Amino acid sequence: MKLELRGITKRFGSLVANDSINLTVQPGEIVSLLGENGAGKSTLMNVLYGLYQADAGEILVDDKATHFKGPGDAMAAGIGMVHQHFMLIPVFTVAENVALGHEPTKFAGQIDLSEARTRVKEISDKFGFNVDPDALVRDLPVGVQQRVEIIKALSRNAKTLVLDEPTAVLTPQETDELMSIMKQLASSGTSIIFITHKLREVKEVADRIVVIRLGKVVGEAKPTATASELASMMVGREVDLTVERSKKAPGEVVLSVSNISVRDDRGQLAVDALSLDVRAGEVLAIAGVQGNGQTELAEAIVGLRKLEKGSGEIKFKGANIEHKSVRHRLDDFLSYVPEDRKKDGLISEFTLEENLMLNQSYDDDRGAEFVNRGLINAKVLEAETEKAIKAFDVRTQGSKSLAGQLSGGNQQKLVLAREMSRPHDVLLVSQPTRGVDVGSIEFIHDQIMQERDDQQTAVILISTELDEVLALADRIAVMYRGRIVGIVSADATRETLGKMMAGIAA
Amino acid sequence: MTEKSKFQTVVREIMATSVTRVVLSILLGFFFGGIFMVLFNENVVATYSTLFTTPGDTFVAAFNTIVDGYGALLRGAIFNPEGRDLVAMFRPITETLRMAAPLVMAGLGLALGFRVGLFNIGGTGQIVMGLAGATWVATRMELPPVIHMIVAVIAAVVCAAAWGAFAGFLKARTGAHEVIVTIMMNYIALDFFTWMLRTKGLLLAATGGGTPKSDPPAATSMLPTLFGDMYKIHIGIFIAIAATFAYWLLMERSAIGYRFRMVGHNANAARAAGIKVESTFVWAMAVSAAFIGLAAANQALSNPGGITTSLNADIGFDAITVALLGGNSAKRIAAAGLLFGAFKAGSPAMQVVGVSPEILGVVQALIVLFIAAPPLIKAMLRLPEPAAEQKVVA
Repeated sequence: MKLELRGITKRFGSLVANDSINLTVQPGEIVSLLGENGAGKSTLMNVLYGLYQADAGEILVDDKATHFKGPGDAMAAGIGMVHQHFMLIPVFTVAENVALGHEPTKFAGQIDLSEARTRVKEISDKFGFNVDPDALVRDLPVGVQQRVEIIKALSRNAKTLVLDEPTAVLTPQETDELMSIMKQLASSGTSIIFITHKLREVKEVADRIVVIRLGKVVGEAKPTATASELASMMVGREVDLTVERSKKAPGEVVLSVSNISVRDDRGQLAVDALSLDVRAGEVLAIAGVQGNGQTELAEAIVGLRKLEKGSGEIKFKGANIEHKSVRHRLDDFLSYVPEDRKKDGLISEFTLEENLMLNQSYDDDRGAEFVNRGLINAKVLEAETEKAIKAFDVRTQGSKSLAGQLSGGNQQKLVLAREMSRPHDVLLVSQPTRGVDVGSIEFIHDQIMQERDDQQTAVILISTELDEVLALADRIAVMYRGRIVGIVSADATRETLGKMMAGIAA
Repeated sequence: MTEKSKFQTVVREIMATSVTRVVLSILLGFFFGGIFMVLFNENVVATYSTLFTTPGDTFVAAFNTIVDGYGALLRGAIFNPEGRDLVAMFRPITETLRMAAPLVMAGLGLALGFRVGLFNIGGTGQIVMGLAGATWVATRMELPPVIHMIVAVIAAVVCAAAWGAFAGFLKARTGAHEVIVTIMMNYIALDFFTWMLRTKGLLLAATGGGTPKSDPPAATSMLPTLFGDMYKIHIGIFIAIAATFAYWLLMERSAIGYRFRMVGHNANAARAAGIKVESTFVWAMAVSAAFIGLAAANQALSNPGGITTSLNADIGFDAITVALLGGNSAKRIAAAGLLFGAFKAGSPAMQVVGVSPEILGVVQALIVLFIAAPPLIKAMLRLPEPAAEQKVVA
């Protein structure tokens, strides 16, 4: 099936999310839609899938103009979509999930699953998916669940498959497997639109790369283009993705966590008798697939989450701190950049200034004198905020504008500015570049390296992005199901790390 | 408990209503109030039978009714040109200020709670506890002038604050919603107060028998009037002005107020910044109730006749309206308190010209409705945030 989007324009109020975008996908072609968060990729795909109606432009299937009133029309025309968040019912079997929405029925309305079961088997065998039609979805690993989504689309005769950020939830191995599945599907004639912002994957799998920036197609590239070239196209300026790092011997142990266990919100053991040490002037990365206890570990170190009774201890320079309050830990030694900055890191309704003093609102706090005898010192606050805006290149209307109005990258820079400008010995950063534009990633990475090199800070970097971990870390601890599978040095290969992320010790 | 509830979002949006919209809501409230006035006015109703033959009569009667009604409101609340002498002419404005003072104080308290994300419906209970404290000091203690008054005010503030803090404590400790807790505590407080007023040796008047009523407050404890016997207005209005300034200083300039607002906006971020969110709830409820305690002192120490149960409790509810109208700004709360003070002062004058004073209640309710409706409807219909998507793309 040949698919063509011609002059698609979609506006939200005064904002043009898609500006006369042209995109053609030939049968059996893998086209990568590359762009930063908010560039308009998802909007475009939602137009294609009938979820949004375009304000201008048309969609042509095999050179015939069509109109999709909703996802039903799009599916009927042979377009299948695998969303970033799976639309599966966990307590249903694979076959039931695949049948869902067009269930064939037998006598008296009984659902006839045999057909769905056969379809799943057929497709699974044809592409080597290795999916059991009778398995419950909730028992399957994320990577397999994703294949169920693909089977769902294929079972409805999808000729063009849209994959929206499909690798965000996968381990490196699962990612590699997905890549080969994509190649197989393409060689059997299915077209694929692959939405992502990860340059490495694009280069590996795409036949053609279409780069979108600010709602416009800014160009096409071949997979042979270098990562820096692609990044520059995405951002619209020169980007240097390599991180300068000096070889140096780390200092003494600053923070040591030994044998701690923590439960998550549902009462499950999320961190299980875990131990680690961080030294001054080193970056210890904690890698792993999302949801293996990294969040809970970070919260335990900050003091937001209680340790299991009787379990382990946390020491700062030899002194036990597990009984200290969050405020004292933050004031004594810790800078913390939470993974969900909008929820935990800043207050959208506050101005930049107010956000800068978020954890320094007490008279006796170390650092800048934001508060004097109980009253906020507006002059100091404004001056410090101006300084931080400049030093961390926060793009804003001014220190009095609201944090909620900043872009994701600038919000993150604001949080980093706050945390790095306070006195601290340990920097705990969680997912520092998630949802952050490529241009800011470069800057944030440089700042973290400066912490390591110039400030001799002990840095704990929690990240699910392998590229980031490999670029920044001195040592890499891989977390799996609440435990550290192993700690390896920074020259470990992707394969080793990938295996460890799946729980196999190196 | 950590998630910001829809309820909180609605309250927050109501509080953030712009001045223009508030003013328009007030005008609309008066407009529709006028329609009600006309619909139920005897003179106008009498012309209905001839509505089609001489429609002019109906319109003239309707117009006169509205002019009379709101004219009476102005005469009763601001300036009365028909007064016997100058003193009488200026009496209305002094009455408005006197009525506004407790509304401003209590409105500030409730607004403070709202900004911390606490929907304190317990104004009634907190006022009543404040009344109990102030009245006990005013009737059962003997102290030199001024000092007696100050002690009585402090008693009111402390009693109200403790009552509020207890509600905050229950929320912090058990996660119970403060709306439920404070409403229930209103009943407890009212019954407790009645019991005190009925019990000899506590608050029951020395000469009193069956009716629950206290002695008049000792002269040494009364809030002094500003113009002797000429007007009833007393120093309560200055306390209200001072409270307004204190509220502004606390919420806009102090670190404590900053932390209050932080918790109100995003309890998760506050927690991650090392703020003890639960104890902030307790403190915020205490401070919120302390302002309400000031209103209680104002009432208890300005009534030469002694306190009864029925008196004054409704200030707790009126103050909710004041707080919603006043939103996030101290100045606006003061203005809203003045407006409703004027309603209270002007209502007897409206009755004199044959307009039922309940019309003012309708106007008051309509104003709140016009301000509260847009966020409420949005929440009920789950309308999407129009700017959300655009922000991300930009």
